[in-house]
Amino acid sequence: MTVTVESSPLPLSGWGRTAPTTALVGRPVDASSVLASMHDHSGGIIARGLGRSYGDAAQCTGGLTIDTAGLGHIGAMNEVVGTIEVGGGVSLHNLMRRLIPAGWFVAVTPGTRYVTVGGAIAADVHGKNHHRDGSFARHVVEMTIVTPSGVVTVAPDRDPELFWATAGGMGLTGVVVSAVLRLIPIETSWMRVDSQRFTRLEDLMSTMEDTDSRYHYSVAWLDCVGGRNGDHRSVLTRGDHANSGAIPGRLRGRSREIPSDPRIRVPHQAPGRLVNRLSVRALNEAWFRASRESRGSLRPLAGFFHPLDGVAGWNLLYGPQGFVQYQFAVPAERADVIEDAVEAIASSGIPSFLAVLKRFGPGTPGPLSFSQEGWTLALDFPLGPPGLPALLDRLDDAVAACGGRVYLAKDSRLRPELLTVMYPRLDDMARVCRRVDPEGVLASDLSRRLGIPR
Amino acid sequence: MNDAFGHPQSVVVLGGTSDIAHQLVALLLADRGRSVVLAGRDRMTLEQAAQGLRRRVAHVETVTFDALTLDDVDKTVMRCFEAAAEAVDLVIVAVGELGRQEVDEVDPDRVARMMTVNLTWPAAALSVVADQLRRQGHGRIVVLSSVAGFRIRRSNFIYGSAKAGLDGFAQGLSEALRGTGVTLHIVRPGFVRTKMTADRSPAPFAVEASRVASDVVRGLARGQVVIWSPGLLRWMFSAFRFLPGAVWRRLPG
Repeated sequence: MTVTVESSPLPLSGWGRTAPTTALVGRPVDASSVLASMHDHSGGIIARGLGRSYGDAAQCTGGLTIDTAGLGHIGAMNEVVGTIEVGGGVSLHNLMRRLIPAGWFVAVTPGTRYVTVGGAIAADVHGKNHHRDGSFARHVVEMTIVTPSGVVTVAPDRDPELFWATAGGMGLTGVVVSAVLRLIPIETSWMRVDSQRFTRLEDLMSTMEDTDSRYHYSVAWLDCVGGRNGDHRSVLTRGDHANSGAIPGRLRGRSREIPSDPRIRVPHQAPGRLVNRLSVRALNEAWFRASRESRGSLRPLAGFFHPLDGVAGWNLLYGPQGFVQYQFAVPAERADVIEDAVEAIASSGIPSFLAVLKRFGPGTPGPLSFSQEGWTLALDFPLGPPGLPALLDRLDDAVAACGGRVYLAKDSRLRPELLTVMYPRLDDMARVCRRVDPEGVLASDLSRRLGIPR
Repeated sequence: MNDAFGHPQSVVVLGGTSDIAHQLVALLLADRGRSVVLAGRDRMTLEQAAQGLRRRVAHVETVTFDALTLDDVDKTVMRCFEAAAEAVDLVIVAVGELGRQEVDEVDPDRVARMMTVNLTWPAAALSVVADQLRRQGHGRIVVLSSVAGFRIRRSNFIYGSAKAGLDGFAQGLSEALRGTGVTLHIVRPGFVRTKMTADRSPAPFAVEASRVASDVVRGLARGQVVIWSPGLLRWMFSAFRFLPGAVWRRLPG
């Protein structure tokens, strides 16, 4: 049994680099050492993977964070049923490097490979195929969780209450030490991609509604800086895994290429804030112009799924103040809330880089799991504009009023009273938390800020 | 907890009757405040301010103390932390009094009193506050200093020199807190129209307490260690440092 705990607290923040707090960091290597580290920590305990949640979900002020890097074991693959057993600290990057040469892929990948399996479950992440395949936890066959009251293995048919409270539960039921994941077979590491450009938001949305079902993956990028009255430019990118027959001769030798490590690294002392109104406008313009209409073009998988992973530490470009990411979901019949939000952002003059629109299929039974059938919009805002907090508060109100919700893995500023409206099953969550964590040891800055469980 | 924009949920104010502190609390708590502790000398005034806050904040407590008593500073600060409903995200140190220079300067007891209220008590309290927040893993401290301490004037040198001491102490403490998750911010307002200055004629560039509060909010968002209010005073006082005494003496205010 090995637990290394740093002797002094370390400052930790999320990927958005806002509201840092300090905590001790422990690095257990197996389930029993995770359990051991849960004793004698009255200051709270939360798991932390690669720190990619944007806000304060993986930090615990004055307490202990459990760095899951030591749980990086990748087990044997069951090629008959297409599953693999992996440690909770395994990154999807490392997992893909193992899977792709063998002709397999994860069933769901978020927009970055640099998340851990435990983090992907705790945030119940989604990808460009949510309209078809749902969120990450849908493809978890079983998982082993260390709760303060012991080590348990759960599955959708084995203590489903705890399984689903953990899926999207932001680490508040315990530490995921291992999981069995369902995989999908792929023939190549290439994608066949169709790109379309739109100048009207309503045209984009109706195209997605009508024809997304023909594609395995679909996502749209919106320019929220310019435009008004529904005239917002967008690029819709949809695709499928390319089969080997689609690979031309010159690419044959590279048909199952593994994603590489980042080629560019942003220096830690990035000069000032490089993401501002002007640069966002220029980048959005450049992206739109560079996105030609195309059909069936072949693209490497890494660039299709994880366009930002080529630049290590891209979050530093937002400068020392950091940034907030805001993602919300609304029911399918309330596309008007998406349109109003885009309009409000465009007319506010507050720059948002990378506005991403996507259709969600059905959600999961997880009381804190984010995805719900309908639409989701994700936005990045650099900190600084004085009107930003109030703009986001207004968007929250509209989202809550229409039966929508914001994504807790990205949240850093929601008003606590809206949480009950957005996640009406908080009671179910609280019941599970009381069962597995009767003393309330598990806590994060996020859970304290929003008052979860309650 | 603080949110991404630095809005705290739990605040302690030492010097809980300060107009600037009230404005700052009103601005920063916006609609996310859950706990406020006001600590000060006068129970009646504290209670009035607390009543006003209770309309928007669920948990408001008052703590009384006397900044002339130095043997229980730690207990006073601990009482404030215990009175808070949760971990404290922000501590505002607004203890102080302007005094009456002409009367005070010929009376050693009054000079000593001014130093105690404006420097000794707040500095001692800051050491306890810093330690508590460090244990907590996070928190911000806002210390109300004054331009009066930046270059001392004949007309208010007792107050000014006490603030100069506090300002220096706070600068050092801010350095000591680097890397601990706790930050300290020094506010240097010019002449502020408050009940403390009600019987004085305003100096040039006088501002309202609400203006100081909004300058502090902006400075906090930018992570500034020293926040001037109005911002222009930063440049003016930097230049004033180098004025010959003969000129400095003749400046109005």
